[in-house]
Amino acid sequence: MTRTATFINIGERTNVTGSARFRKLIKEGDYGTALEVAREQVENGAQIIDVNMDEGLLDSERAMVTFLNLVAAEPDIARVPVMVDSSKWSVIEAGLKCLQGKGIANSISMKEGEEAFREAARRVLRYGAAVVVMAFDEKGQADTYQRKIEICRRSYDILVNEVGFPPEDIIFDPNIFAVATGIEEHDNYGVDFIEATRWIRENLPGAHVSGGVSNLSFSFRGNEPVRAAMHSVFLYHAIAAGMDMGIVNAGQLTVYDDIDPELRELCEDVVLNRRKDSTERLVEAAARFKGDGVQKKEVDAAWRSWPVAKRLEHALVSGITEFIEVDTEEARQTVERPLHVIEGPLMAGMNVVGDLFGAGKMFLPQVVKSARVMKQAVAYLMPFMEEEKRLSGLDQRSATGKVLLATVKGDVHDIGKNIVGVVLQCNNFEVIDLGVMVSSTRILETARNENVDIIGLSGLITPSLDEMCHVAAEMEREGFDMPLLIGGATTSRIHTAVKIHPNYQRGQSVYVTDASRAVGVVSRLMSDRTAFFDEVKAEYATIAEVHARGQADRRRLSLEDARAKRVRLAATPSMVRPSFLGTRVIDDWRLADLVDFIDWTPFFSAWEIKGTYPLLFEDPKVGEAARALYADARAMLTQMVAEDWLTPRAVVGFWPAASDGDDIVLYADEARRERLATLHMLRQQMARASDRGNAALSDFVAPVSAGVADYVGGFAVSTGFGEDAVAERFARANDDYSKILSQSLADRLAEAFAEALHAKVRRELWGYAPNETLGTAEMIAEAYQGIRPAPGYPAQPDHTEKRTLFRLLDAENAIGIRLTESCAMWPASSVSGLYFARPESHYFGVGKIERDQIEDYAARKGWPVEEAERWLAPILAYDPLRMRQAAE
Amino acid sequence: MTHPRAAAALRATATLNEIAARRILVIDGAMGTMLQRYKFSEADFRGARFADWPSDVKGNNDLLSLTQPDAIRAVHTAYFEAGADVVETNTFSSTTIAMADYGMEVLAYELNFEGARLAREVADAVTARDPSRPRFVAGAIGPTNRTASISPDVNNPGFRAVSFDDLRVAYGEAARGLVDGGADLILVETVFDTLNAKAALFAVEEVFEAVGFRLPVMVSGTITDLSGRTLSGQTPTAFWYSVRHGRPFSIGLNCALGAKEMRAHIAEIARGADTLVCAYPNAGLPNEFGEYDESPAATAALIGEFADAGLVNIVGGCCGTTPDHIAAIAAAVQGKPPRLVPKGDHRLRLAGLEPFAA
Repeated sequence: MTRTATFINIGERTNVTGSARFRKLIKEGDYGTALEVAREQVENGAQIIDVNMDEGLLDSERAMVTFLNLVAAEPDIARVPVMVDSSKWSVIEAGLKCLQGKGIANSISMKEGEEAFREAARRVLRYGAAVVVMAFDEKGQADTYQRKIEICRRSYDILVNEVGFPPEDIIFDPNIFAVATGIEEHDNYGVDFIEATRWIRENLPGAHVSGGVSNLSFSFRGNEPVRAAMHSVFLYHAIAAGMDMGIVNAGQLTVYDDIDPELRELCEDVVLNRRKDSTERLVEAAARFKGDGVQKKEVDAAWRSWPVAKRLEHALVSGITEFIEVDTEEARQTVERPLHVIEGPLMAGMNVVGDLFGAGKMFLPQVVKSARVMKQAVAYLMPFMEEEKRLSGLDQRSATGKVLLATVKGDVHDIGKNIVGVVLQCNNFEVIDLGVMVSSTRILETARNENVDIIGLSGLITPSLDEMCHVAAEMEREGFDMPLLIGGATTSRIHTAVKIHPNYQRGQSVYVTDASRAVGVVSRLMSDRTAFFDEVKAEYATIAEVHARGQADRRRLSLEDARAKRVRLAATPSMVRPSFLGTRVIDDWRLADLVDFIDWTPFFSAWEIKGTYPLLFEDPKVGEAARALYADARAMLTQMVAEDWLTPRAVVGFWPAASDGDDIVLYADEARRERLATLHMLRQQMARASDRGNAALSDFVAPVSAGVADYVGGFAVSTGFGEDAVAERFARANDDYSKILSQSLADRLAEAFAEALHAKVRRELWGYAPNETLGTAEMIAEAYQGIRPAPGYPAQPDHTEKRTLFRLLDAENAIGIRLTESCAMWPASSVSGLYFARPESHYFGVGKIERDQIEDYAARKGWPVEEAERWLAPILAYDPLRMRQAAE
Repeated sequence: MTHPRAAAALRATATLNEIAARRILVIDGAMGTMLQRYKFSEADFRGARFADWPSDVKGNNDLLSLTQPDAIRAVHTAYFEAGADVVETNTFSSTTIAMADYGMEVLAYELNFEGARLAREVADAVTARDPSRPRFVAGAIGPTNRTASISPDVNNPGFRAVSFDDLRVAYGEAARGLVDGGADLILVETVFDTLNAKAALFAVEEVFEAVGFRLPVMVSGTITDLSGRTLSGQTPTAFWYSVRHGRPFSIGLNCALGAKEMRAHIAEIARGADTLVCAYPNAGLPNEFGEYDESPAATAALIGEFADAGLVNIVGGCCGTTPDHIAAIAAAVQGKPPRLVPKGDHRLRLAGLEPFAA
């Protein structure tokens, strides 16, 4: 028997019997707005939408068809399955004829006898839908436990044995009735449902249980806190018994643990029918809880009565989007021009956010949420401003400044850049975001045409540093003089001062540490540019000077001496032979398999929350923000996993190998005669007082001369398939917070995949550590034998080695990961690397290297020296230009 | 009264299941590509019977089953001789809906019946020559030229040019012709809108109910471009979930892409489908002249790799493929084990444009 742990949330707003707003829209024929209701539900996390058009005055069949055909044209809505909900078979059938996907028919029953039931079931199956079966027969709706299970058993047998309905496509609704009505026969209805649920899940294999929860608390109409508490208590017990679906308004549920203990106890007495006088006791107490029974509702109500400007501020600071359109509209009514809402209360609110952020009282995830509120408010005002512009030709709001942002050519990473964009927008800067892999030509052309004030470049991989130098040089050549901001994981103050700054003397390049500094820097550049330029120039001159001195001082070994000090293997026994040679595609993993391998610490650091997971939750300063971010991340992750937003794919390979100097030779087969490829490595040249060796990765493979069997593995994994579509969907909904959240999760999942795959390689695929048992923490601490270094990172900083690896793995054809011209991987959430298994293998950084190694390396790679210098620019211990001038 | 095909159909189904458990089945390549070589004129298309037909009929390839049956027989024979186990009937557009372009709605049943009969005749003749290698006929049902879940009018997204019931009736007539004419399987192919396919599956079930026996049903979708979605917006897995209720003999993809571009999508289907997987891609992507020029060796190498990777149970070719391609493909998969069909689990699987599994 399959018992699913997750509870499936079915959206209930597109139901004319449940939502007065939806009913009004449909009756008035306003299908456009009705579609928005559906869209909102999906955006708010409904996994299935229930559509119901049962209303006496409506042509329900026609309304159902019209609405579903319109839904089909909206990819944001149509991505989820539809539950066609009607008490009339003709309406259900009309609805099913509109669904290209697999939906759910809600509902059929034995109300009109077995024959009608059988026929309806046959047709539902033929239309290709799952089905909700009500516990209802010729005698009426089942109320007691006994009746419920008898009818469900009989329905199940007919469906499975006679009609051939797949059991997993059957969803029972054993009827939730009102309790605490004062009628004694009703007292056990809650228990009857819960116990029937338990019985169904245990005795009718495969079948699911659902129900409409709001009936339960019918007698407490008007007392929302008590109703919400009853629903939560009921679901808590019903889900534990196996209820795995429900039509619920998730936003109105109270967390079980957050219910006032006294109220919870009273509700539990009622729902579980624990005492004779439970109804009287709850009725008596209900008045006391009306309004203040649930702390959260009280707060909600309070701020809703504040003046509109204060409400907007509260919404911005707390990141609440729920009322933003209503409040924005109210504010618009009070001012002369829609623009004044932005310049007035909205900007005032954002200033509060900015101040709190500056004072360290708000954290990046919260600020991004505020930005989402701001964006939605502005989006609401846009049509009014367009209209005003059309009528009067009046100019639009003038932003404080216009900033162009781009991830440079060859690089695909944009999480950090997106955060900077959002933060700048919050502070009333206009941002033009050109996205990723943007050529210098396009950057400069856009900067000129759009008349921007500042250009910001972002990049994550080392070749991007070189591309940034190129953009700076192009700006100089084309006569620009605006500030050039530099940011991203591989960038640094030193690199900006030493490499980029000299290329752009006409203007000024400025390194920005992180998103929280961006506003300060940009503001000064707009208000106080000359003085700021002077400060930066002075600072960079000092840095360059110190750097030059440091270069001259530091002693390094010649390549020859470094080789003599290579890391030696203690012994060179033959290595365990991998379970296969050549490559293998792994595409049967699901996101669910990866969740436990996530290393959360870098996730928080991407959001600029510093600290180690999970200790940072206890941190008095950032703890609260971290917990909130984590809760949002886990919620999105659950949805990602349940709905397969991303497709994990990997390719792994193993090859017979031997080291040959600083290179590693891979052979086509065990005969070890035909050379398949050569992996080129770089060696540490730092002079050390200790006797630690000067490592190159080739040291971790037995040399040709040892004459033993050794192997090297390689891999490429990605969880990025689907990533762009998800981000795009959130971007369209003006929801940058969710967009960045989804990207940062995809990024973590790729790392988790690499980690999980490495474990499988150690235990099975290569199998050199078959008995290894490690938990996630130990794994993150790398307490295992063997390493998986990636080309482009410290142990082998040459990104072009990825080309060899990708050719060996045939990664592009096999799983669809591509390399850009700078050797960044697309999709962005991808990881690749080599596997080394010997116990001596360890991670290290090559550090700076000298000209002798560059020449040697260039010869081995078949490159001109200049090309080696270009790709390895970040680790050169010398200035190639100066060296060449000196030589001439 | 028992249908005259009932016994033979049941035998064929048993044989097909037995072969599919043992090896990879090969289906044929393009019919259109082969017919183009005959360079038939308008008069050839018309034949004697349609000499006075009021509209032009050149290009109505399905009509050739009636007017140039020898050419159709020759193409079927060539594919069987190249090594195909299964040929598809020349009935891709033989529905009242698609035939409306030529005003030939009235011929729909006859075209399907004759298309199946011709292929049956050739299959039986080739089987008689070597009874150890039985050959089969798949009755092809195309998508028609209308979509049930997309509006052709961008300004009126709720409009539909064809309804589920229109399609159901048209497909029912076609399927009945194929069954009566002697098809061993039904192939619902080139599915660009899953709602059309669902109407076809519904109609086919009605026909099976009427004749009193079932044929194995193959379902083959089309990923129309590199976006990885069908024309109507579904992902490959969502497509599979949406047709799984028809308990298809095979699920897979054909047309629009070459084998190289199709691989990731067929792999996605192969990962989850608890039935046979079928792939018959085009001979690469069209070149700048709109021609398919991927060589038989190149196509076969790619499809051979599908087999090595354990992705497929049935392979063949679509646009641009020829008997030479099929011979190369048959050789490339010969001796390679078919994909192991995983046992289905009991998760609730639903779909919108995207899959949902609980």
